[in-house]
Amino acid sequence: MEKELKLMKGNEAIAEAAIRAGVDGYFGYPITPQSEIIEYLMEANPEKTTGMVVLQAESEVAAINMVYGGAACGKKVMTSSSSPGISLKQEGITYIAGAELPCLIVNVVRGGPGLGTIQPAQSDYFQAVKGGGHGDYHLIVLAPSSVQEMADFVELAFDLAFKYRNPAMILSDGAIGQMMEKVELKPLKKRNEILPEWATTGKPETRKRNIITSLDLDPNAQEQFNHKLIAKYREIEEKEVRFEEFETKDADYIFVAYGTSARICQKAVQLARKEGIKVGLLRPITLFPFPKKRLNELASQVKGMLAVELSAGQMVEDVMISANGKTRVQHYGRMGGMIFTPEEVVDNLKKFIKGE
Amino acid sequence: MAEITQKDIIKPENLVYRKSKVLTDNVMHYCPGCGHGTAHRTLAEVIEEEGLQSKTVGVTPVGCSVLMYNYLDVDFQEAAHGRAPALATAIKRLLPDRFVFTYQGDGDLAAIGTAETIHTCNRGENILIVFINNGIYGMTGGQMAPTTLVGMKSSTSPFGRDQKTMGAPIKMADIVALLPGTCFVTRQSVNTAAGVRKLKKALKKAVEYQKKELGTCFIEVVSNCPSNWKMTPVESNKWMEEHMFPMYPLGDIKVPAEE
Repeated sequence: MEKELKLMKGNEAIAEAAIRAGVDGYFGYPITPQSEIIEYLMEANPEKTTGMVVLQAESEVAAINMVYGGAACGKKVMTSSSSPGISLKQEGITYIAGAELPCLIVNVVRGGPGLGTIQPAQSDYFQAVKGGGHGDYHLIVLAPSSVQEMADFVELAFDLAFKYRNPAMILSDGAIGQMMEKVELKPLKKRNEILPEWATTGKPETRKRNIITSLDLDPNAQEQFNHKLIAKYREIEEKEVRFEEFETKDADYIFVAYGTSARICQKAVQLARKEGIKVGLLRPITLFPFPKKRLNELASQVKGMLAVELSAGQMVEDVMISANGKTRVQHYGRMGGMIFTPEEVVDNLKKFIKGE
Repeated sequence: MAEITQKDIIKPENLVYRKSKVLTDNVMHYCPGCGHGTAHRTLAEVIEEEGLQSKTVGVTPVGCSVLMYNYLDVDFQEAAHGRAPALATAIKRLLPDRFVFTYQGDGDLAAIGTAETIHTCNRGENILIVFINNGIYGMTGGQMAPTTLVGMKSSTSPFGRDQKTMGAPIKMADIVALLPGTCFVTRQSVNTAAGVRKLKKALKKAVEYQKKELGTCFIEVVSNCPSNWKMTPVESNKWMEEHMFPMYPLGDIKVPAEE
């Protein structure tokens, strides 16, 4: 497969990019608005071409545990789902984090709580960046804002996951999953033939047995392990922060927005600037690690930061932590699958400026 | 006549039993009289005799045998409660030439992991499921299991299991035998030397069928739990024969068509 330019849905782009990135296995369960991922893979049938396994599990719980099993073999494995399904996967995700296994989990977020809607939302931010399941852990969280990034982040997520032996998540939403855009697909990458030395692949006489577990009954040893995880997360925060800035140089105000919201805010910046309001946009690409340092710098420069999210106000807490009291921080959002227009964002920026 | 010393007795030609090389030297944490140790040893012997040590990936459950990876010298993954067959599914799909098994208790396999058990068997994954059924939750301290007998007392059925409110014991081997995906379903025990020999034979068959990719092999081992049944080991074996075996009769339930 050569480099190719195609018009694709975000969900399809993830599926195609997975095949081309040399993924060894996909384990999924259908749920709107991301079922195209497993449908695309089943139709593409990569087992015949690249050898990639595609399996429809009996539940999201089984799918994430298949990911655990595959990841523990040192294979590049992934799953995808949408909010209610991701909640079900949390058990598996915390075990994977505890066993320090690399893998990719895609969440094409829809509105909640509960069964909620099938329309786009960003209301799973806390769940994605603060851990999600039980215990002290973090995922590496990437937030694509275009179909191109849906494709590109598959490989990036695996690179980071293997580099740090940590699960990675692509936190998307129903809008980016469903919309069609031009996407440049990378040429086919061969699947890894050499597996990591920690993988459970059958014990040759030359090494000790490998045990993949998240269990340690000795509290001292467990605490030592927790410290090791913390050190890993600090290193990730030090080295892997990714973000994009738009018109921030002379900005008096900053929108902080990711994914779909960032696209809308980019338009809102242009509209507001026409009216003479000097506003810029910081778009976090990694939600964990969060661009705290850069936001803290910007907090010294601007008069306020508006966190614009499709939620009741989740990322705004990280913006507040980043600003650390240096500037005003407020949230503007819509929920339940409703999406703000650029004009609505500008109106709310004006209210924010007035101190409302 | 010269006196026979210990040195004269310990000779290779006099050796009638030795520990499997696949068993580690770690002291097992199981209670005296528990069947887990014998089941572990039998599986270790089969792995050694079949030359599978370098090809085996095992999956341990949550329950008494959660620490099985300390006792068998093969690669292991430790699953969340009930999810072992899902892990094993992926391992086998991604490494098809390895020998893959799960080892699960009754709470793990027949309660919280029912969906994973049924669907793994239904897909006919080429793995071995070893199911230790002692009718009780051992590790958490003797609570009622899905396989607890009617009338049997446990810490969560202190007046005995009442079928009307707590359901009847579930016969997992019979259920999975109905699925086309399973090729070999059998029920064995380890309370007698003959039983251990039969279990070993069944395990060897499972190895063969997995190599031939005939489908899922499901071996139930009806076992005891002296500590939580509050009996001596001898009493518990007697009680198992008198009460467990009538409910869970030993023998093959399903064998491959070619047999």
